[in-house]
Amino acid sequence: MHTIDLTMDRISKIEGAASLDVKVVDDKVTECRFATTEYKRFYVEAMKGKPIIALPQLLSRICGTCSNAHLLASIAACEDALGIVPSKQTMLLRWLTTYGLNIRDHALHLFLFVMPDLYGKDAFLDFDENDPEQHQQLHDGFEIKAAGNFLATLVAGRSVHALHPTIGGFLHFPDAEGLQEAVKKLEAIRPAVLRLIDTFAKAPFHFDRTTHYMALVPERYDFLTGSIYRTDTGETIPPKDFRNHLEHVVLPYSQASAYTHKKSAYMVGSLARLNLAKDKLHPKTRETLGKLLDRFPSTDIFDNNLAQAIEILHCVDDAIEILTTSTFKPEAVIKKPYKAGVGIGVIEAPRGTLYHKVEIDAKGIVQGGEVIVPTNQNQINIEEDVAVLVEKLIPETTDKDKIEFEIEKLIRAYDPCMSCAAHFLKVKWDKV
Amino acid sequence: MIPPKKKIRIGWFSFSCCEDSTIVFTELLNDHWKEWKELFDFRHAHVLKRNNVMDDMDIAFVEGAIASDEHIKKLTTIRSKAKKLVAIGSCAVIGLPSAQRNTFTPAQMQEIQFLIDRFKALPKVLKVSDVVKVDAQVPGCPMDPKLFLAAVDGLVKEFLNA
Repeated sequence: MHTIDLTMDRISKIEGAASLDVKVVDDKVTECRFATTEYKRFYVEAMKGKPIIALPQLLSRICGTCSNAHLLASIAACEDALGIVPSKQTMLLRWLTTYGLNIRDHALHLFLFVMPDLYGKDAFLDFDENDPEQHQQLHDGFEIKAAGNFLATLVAGRSVHALHPTIGGFLHFPDAEGLQEAVKKLEAIRPAVLRLIDTFAKAPFHFDRTTHYMALVPERYDFLTGSIYRTDTGETIPPKDFRNHLEHVVLPYSQASAYTHKKSAYMVGSLARLNLAKDKLHPKTRETLGKLLDRFPSTDIFDNNLAQAIEILHCVDDAIEILTTSTFKPEAVIKKPYKAGVGIGVIEAPRGTLYHKVEIDAKGIVQGGEVIVPTNQNQINIEEDVAVLVEKLIPETTDKDKIEFEIEKLIRAYDPCMSCAAHFLKVKWDKV
Repeated sequence: MIPPKKKIRIGWFSFSCCEDSTIVFTELLNDHWKEWKELFDFRHAHVLKRNNVMDDMDIAFVEGAIASDEHIKKLTTIRSKAKKLVAIGSCAVIGLPSAQRNTFTPAQMQEIQFLIDRFKALPKVLKVSDVVKVDAQVPGCPMDPKLFLAAVDGLVKEFLNA
């Protein structure tokens, strides 16, 4: 029987800073704490008193890699408060912005964070260029990332803290030359994306567990529309009611907090989306992948990596369709007079369902709001899984390096984003 | 650029921020990874690797604002081990937006004070140059990629000519 105190001060190759404490007494995990160590930057407090027009750009700064997701969720919340319905062209441009984001962000996670584990390397840059397979992965990784970056930059102005999307529309529109260039780049990376999918379909890491999955289920797998669906109950929740279905869980040891639904842990992100909506993927994606999609719904947490790779292909295919069948013309931003009200925006960020709420007064000044990010929703699932994993490993080994490595691999599969997790949530710890 | 006989030892560190400049850095790798692989020995970069070493560095890139005594201690250690220290992005260079609580009203401060106390955060969030000497700055939110490349180019030339 083993008794171990394991402390990991800084988990590597994830977005942001997180730590983990696990206590094992007589082969049983008695405590498992996955905590963000990022200091709070108090965005929800900082919202107050700002003019609504400035809000999306402010909240984009909650997170670098998810910045365009926060931007679009905040815009959706502000438009909801003001009664603005975006035009069809605006929605197409927002979908393209989201596709650029997901291609870049998923590729960053899969190549730079996860793939070194598959090849027994410490870093992606350690891959051997003289080894044909590793050489190919290096080139594929940077080319896929660059194509996503190009698409987001073309449409939204930047791939991080984008400049063009705004409340009521876009401030700049892509030109025909840029659109053609984007199509070329996306078509060029498609074979690389298929190789990436193959890599993760064959990856030897597995961790099966039953949990609940929740995601926006859209008509087009566009990450921005649809209703929230929960797997086990078959319950459908209108996005505006999402917050009423979540219970907030205080974590005194972390700068972040957690959420449950009906008192149970659940998972959001690519695996949840694919488990719930694989039939909504682009027809070309479905045709290309064929029987591989039978793997979903999956209960293997590591299939979140495969689901991300599949979503890259969907984003490529749907972006090509939009780019080759649409023309974009300058369009005036829709404006409405300010009125007091509350707005809610719910979208699928790369890591899962993202919720923004804003309350404004009659002059358009923000009175308050709320932001719920995917990593906070996955928090309890992650802790439960780490505890099960450690209990499985303990009889085989007490080598802390090996256990830590296995824990990091599993946590990476969730693709947590600790910058997001540590924005300020209005939690009164003292009252707990 | 001809790769040096001895690689330039660099570290990339993030403090209180959204890590947007880290993401821009990983995007710059799309075009520069071959060159930088030959040029740099990444001693410390949590975003890229697991086995990080805090030892002597030629250049330390520091992103984010300084929010705790623990941050001050770590930044001071980085400074002592780095020949050159570059502040990266708006939060490192001017503190904001991570230092936005410095501008809060008394009523707003009352709302958050218990969290500042609980996690032993500094009363005021600091920019990097408030704590240590900074040799170069790359402003922007996120950092301006062109200014970053110019700063890197200048420092690399300096080390190659040394």
